Amino acid sequence: MVKQYISVILVSLISHSVFAQIDSTLFKRKPKADSGKMNIDAVYNRPFLQVGRTPLGIGGYAELNTNYGVTDGISEGLSFQMRRMTLFLGGSLHSKIKFMSEIEFEDGTKEINIEFAALDFQFDNFFNFRGGIVVNPIGAFNQNHDGPKWEFIDRPISATQLLPATFSNVGMGIYGKKYTKQWVLAYEAYLTNGFDETIIDNEFSRTSLSAAKANKDRFEESSNGKPLFTGKVAIRNRKIGELGLSYMGGIYNKFQDDGFVLAPKRALNVFAIDFNTVLKKTKTTITAEWAWINVDLPSSYAVQYGSKQNGGFVDVVQPVFKKPIIGFSNSTFYVSCRLERVDWNTGKFIETSTKMYDETFSIMPALSWRPISSTVIRLNYRRQKQRDFLGNPPANIGIIQFGVSSYF
Amino acid sequence: MNTKDKMNILFRALLISAIGFLSASCEKILPSSPEENEVLDGTIDALSTAETAKFLRGDGAFTRVFTSSTGLGPLFVSNSCISCHAGDGKGHPSTSLVRFGQINEMGNQFMNQGGPQLQHRAVVGFMPETIPSGATHSTFIAPANTGLGFLEAVSDADILALSDPEDKNNDGISGVPNWIELADFVKPKSNAISKNGKYIGRFGRKAGAYNLLNQTVNAYNQDMGIVSSFSAKDTFSGENQEPEVSDNEIMDLVLYLQTLKAPLQRNVANQDIKDGKALFVKSQCSSCHIPQMTTGSSSIAGLNNKTFAAYTDLLMHDMGKALDDNYTEGTAKTYEWRTTPLWGLGLSKDSQGGKVHLLHDGRAKSIDEAISLHGGEAVNSREKYSALSTNEKQLLIKFLESL
Repeated sequence: MVKQYISVILVSLISHSVFAQIDSTLFKRKPKADSGKMNIDAVYNRPFLQVGRTPLGIGGYAELNTNYGVTDGISEGLSFQMRRMTLFLGGSLHSKIKFMSEIEFEDGTKEINIEFAALDFQFDNFFNFRGGIVVNPIGAFNQNHDGPKWEFIDRPISATQLLPATFSNVGMGIYGKKYTKQWVLAYEAYLTNGFDETIIDNEFSRTSLSAAKANKDRFEESSNGKPLFTGKVAIRNRKIGELGLSYMGGIYNKFQDDGFVLAPKRALNVFAIDFNTVLKKTKTTITAEWAWINVDLPSSYAVQYGSKQNGGFVDVVQPVFKKPIIGFSNSTFYVSCRLERVDWNTGKFIETSTKMYDETFSIMPALSWRPISSTVIRLNYRRQKQRDFLGNPPANIGIIQFGVSSYF
Repeated sequence: MNTKDKMNILFRALLISAIGFLSASCEKILPSSPEENEVLDGTIDALSTAETAKFLRGDGAFTRVFTSSTGLGPLFVSNSCISCHAGDGKGHPSTSLVRFGQINEMGNQFMNQGGPQLQHRAVVGFMPETIPSGATHSTFIAPANTGLGFLEAVSDADILALSDPEDKNNDGISGVPNWIELADFVKPKSNAISKNGKYIGRFGRKAGAYNLLNQTVNAYNQDMGIVSSFSAKDTFSGENQEPEVSDNEIMDLVLYLQTLKAPLQRNVANQDIKDGKALFVKSQCSSCHIPQMTTGSSSIAGLNNKTFAAYTDLLMHDMGKALDDNYTEGTAKTYEWRTTPLWGLGLSKDSQGGKVHLLHDGRAKSIDEAISLHGGEAVNSREKYSALSTNEKQLLIKFLESL
């Protein structure tokens, strides 16, 4: 399937380049998003390249960076990383029928994933059907994760390892938006294949929803025959900002096989809240997200695997200098900072009645330059403290990164 | 100054900061290493390149997390070595283990009912073990891993020389070795001393393991449910199974344990520490926690004929009724415990979640409490400690915390 997909893209790109040699004016950038756009729109709110009058839109982004990290004084040295190259391919079959896809190559070709590939059928602005490989809309980052949109090279820890980011699945559902003069209301609701027991049986030695990403079988069949529900409601006030509430839940374990009951059904529940705004006076962008996870664990399970987790991040991005530089008329410099915290195991030890830890705290100041809005050059510095589940003295981690991320 | 000028100044300031940030040495803005004597991990001196490579592979084996798909369980105590020995230090009560079924030197009467170790956790879909009716049991906190190679390299003759079963010197202390039967895969040392076909155990709270291979293979099997070519019997089914860990990985881990450095004492020259040590000796704590031992010959240069300060005699001592759990291993009595090495004691809290959990089951929440729970052969020392002034007690504890 991946090969076929790549073939389609390559054919598209080749035909694109043929056209390009003939007349570059045939290409045009799709207009950028309006102010009423929300996280739900992120899948289409990307710079696509359209080929003449064809219904085909292509695009993508790539991310390259250096990485120099030190943990308690020990460093593995400098590395160069091509974290991902993502290709978009979409098209309108009709004004009410659209197809959009996203294929991601991570760390070279170490991982190739179809992250999104869905057909959208519009009945009404407030009622659309979507089916295919969808990104479960839990939190905001999962919906809106394109690298060039962010001033930070690393994705938020809570969004990648806790939730997990870009967790996509086969399924179907509905979504829609309702506009008034000041407000925009949006919703999404999907039933998809779900998680599996690797979330509590993995080499991370902690409850980890992201461990289920390794299970590629989820694109073929459900691990237990029970669909995972993911739903999100978001509201945007054009003057204040956007607030989203999302939920994801279902049975994660294989409780029966061949008609035999193997174990009690065990559920997981995830709640997330997200918010983003731009302060009008200072043009400061604030993006925040927090999530709570509750997993029903067998009582006799290893203590490192927590039944409750929570975590999130706050990004503050401040444009500080906007001036034409070497031909970039809208060149803008930014100063930003990200604060993150994740508690991987909320609770107390039965034996000692003391707090369980397994916590991560991170602060990441950043400088970035956007010569154009869709390209960002970033310098990040991260200080992170990581406590084990017993609460022993934390590992102190420092990372310096420099890189570029750009749509193409 | 208008807003545009202010922004210009701000931008330049930020640019200069960024350049400064980049040009600053990484050492100044990135986390530095803790002092060598503040952590337990690290190697002994003089490892060869090949030994270092093996040590690093062993480190990987030590931190490897097993899952059901890589062999964990189905019954287990924990899923990795490091989960019970964080930072190579002592364990926490939440990861302690329970052994049951043996009350005398006649052996464990519950071997066919899951003995000697309780696997109180199970992978999804399995029920954990419970202690069989009628079996007595004891809880064990994981000991620290550091310096074990030195303890392994002490000759049997040296251990026996410290033994005084008849208490001929009338000091009230009569340490004895724990004579144990060797598993098939355990080969005695070339200069090993045996008694009735049994050998001197030296690892574990009851000295129930002969050497670090013995200890490691048992831990894989009994703690994690991982079978190997050394110990192929699955703890759940009782059947022999294909190895779930390679011999090479086990031998890497054994070398890792052998070559972890000995904990380094801190503030050795401090007068309080010196005074505390003098009180430690005066209170006759050093009669069992002997300050100095010497290794015999070893193929590892850093362990060959080295003097070290573990503060143990590797012998079993009567510790009194309060610490008698009515469970034992080998020929040891239920009230006998191997003298715990005191090195690394001051760093125990850094692997036990910020608070110490001392003695075999972690019941003592301070050094003072641990001393006060010493009985049997240690009664005289305990009373001498009790008779010290508050200041003297603090000095003695300060010395112990420096180890």
